[in-house]
Amino acid sequence: MDIFLQNIINALQWGSFYAVVSIGYSMVYGVLMLFNFAHGDIFMVGTYIGFGIATLLLALFSAFMPGWMIFILVILITMFLASFVGVFVEMVGYRPLRGAPRASAAITGLMIGIIFETGNLIILGAQRFSFPPLIESVTYNIGGIYVTNVKVLIIVASLVMMFALHLFIKKTKWGMAMRAMSYDFQAVPLMGVSINVIAPMTFAIGAGLASVAGILYGQAYPVLDPYMGISLGWKAFVAAILGGRGSIMGAALAGYLLGFIEMFVPMIFPSTFRDLIAYSIILVILTFRPRGFFGMAHSTQLRL
Amino acid sequence: MAPLLNVRNMTHFFGGLRAVSDFNLTIEPGEIRGLIGPNGAGKTTVFNLITGVYNPTEGVVELEGENIKGVETHRIADMGLGRTFQNLALWRHMNVIDHIRMAHYSQLTYGLLGAFFGTPKCRQQEKEVLDNSYKLLELFDIDQFATHNIGNLPYGAQRRVEMARAMATRPKILFLDEPTAGMTPDELIRMIEIIRQVHRDFGVAIFMIEHRMKFVMDLCESIQTMVFGEVIAEGPPEVIQNNPEVIEAYLGKEDLH
Repeated sequence: MDIFLQNIINALQWGSFYAVVSIGYSMVYGVLMLFNFAHGDIFMVGTYIGFGIATLLLALFSAFMPGWMIFILVILITMFLASFVGVFVEMVGYRPLRGAPRASAAITGLMIGIIFETGNLIILGAQRFSFPPLIESVTYNIGGIYVTNVKVLIIVASLVMMFALHLFIKKTKWGMAMRAMSYDFQAVPLMGVSINVIAPMTFAIGAGLASVAGILYGQAYPVLDPYMGISLGWKAFVAAILGGRGSIMGAALAGYLLGFIEMFVPMIFPSTFRDLIAYSIILVILTFRPRGFFGMAHSTQLRL
Repeated sequence: MAPLLNVRNMTHFFGGLRAVSDFNLTIEPGEIRGLIGPNGAGKTTVFNLITGVYNPTEGVVELEGENIKGVETHRIADMGLGRTFQNLALWRHMNVIDHIRMAHYSQLTYGLLGAFFGTPKCRQQEKEVLDNSYKLLELFDIDQFATHNIGNLPYGAQRRVEMARAMATRPKILFLDEPTAGMTPDELIRMIEIIRQVHRDFGVAIFMIEHRMKFVMDLCESIQTMVFGEVIAEGPPEVIQNNPEVIEAYLGKEDLH
């Protein structure tokens, strides 16, 4: 029973990473009907930006500023900077290909990812960095279950971000334009909406979210390397498909589901089988529900 | 003074196919004009060319004397051109009131920070937009559906939402692409009333593609007939109705039957 509850906490933590990153895939798909395959590497770049900002701020302010304040500053500054990475990817990578077949955009995304990985290797070298702890880790023992404040923070911060995004999508004019585009894009420009505003904004939000996920990830698993975005990126992509292409809610829920499947499979099967069984389960779900949880049937407009 | 809409010698090729050739059109403020023609004549292409979906191969397109040829659709929309679509371009899973609010996009001038902090300007604008949206819903007799999901509305009501949405952008000229397609006779009569009302209350010019002769004849002051990308006849409804070339295009040559 203890292990069961312990696993729930861990599943929520991993689910948070997947959920926040997979939202980036889903939002871009909703607006442009393409998957940004560089998103996993945008997560990596965001983590490195967060690492740089954290190191800098700790060196400058740790003497007279409380840790939580530095933590919030790191998040805000990193989000801001990382959003430009998203805008850059959209403008340089995808905008010139808007009329091109979707396969070209997919290949471009993969290439941008490789450029980020190797670019990072060239600039920072092969040494691994360690993300500095911004929050002093405290472990609570609640009836035999060990909960660290970092885990709680990861889960809470992710939920707060997703709620903020939900408000943005529901309430603001840009959010409404993003929603509208995912249902029918031909009418949206007639409302005076420029796709060259909405598309980069979508990429910026995705990158901003991914960078915060990266900072939180760095608090739990501090080792940084240039390929850290690949596996997490692909898993988040799977979550985006499972949730239903273009559905933000679906992506978030599927992200958590993925976290739970990954955590609970090793309770029954040998842990080396984890991914094999976890992704077989997802394959079965998709066989019976190819649209994912909230995907729309009219996504047959898929132009890949 | 320059006419509201001025199209001169507009020609467009899709590859080697001449889809529209030498199209001319002048619309003055407050006019209602119709465009008829058999399927595949290029009517919707004319709409797409003027609204900036395609860039015409040749010709002049001006709105209030300003060039709109090759200008992006969202800019043309902001300059005062509204449009509805033949196959309802509505946003499934969004409710009716959000459709109308969305159409006020350009009238909401607050910035990202304003939205984030909920400044008085932002709230004020949002409130005005919401009020105006409800007014439009009432005008188009769809206020009872305000919070309904668009997909659950009867077809005729969906058409009215699309028109209300177009009017929310405050157009000077409204393009209607087959506004009565798929409508029941009752809904059709309702639509004629609504278009008259929109025309009267907003003083907007209207340019419509329509298949139902009675509808066009009732509403339009002048009608163009298009066949294979070319305008073969132009004039007031009664003239068009009796034009032998138009009759031939619609019904075929007499001796063949």
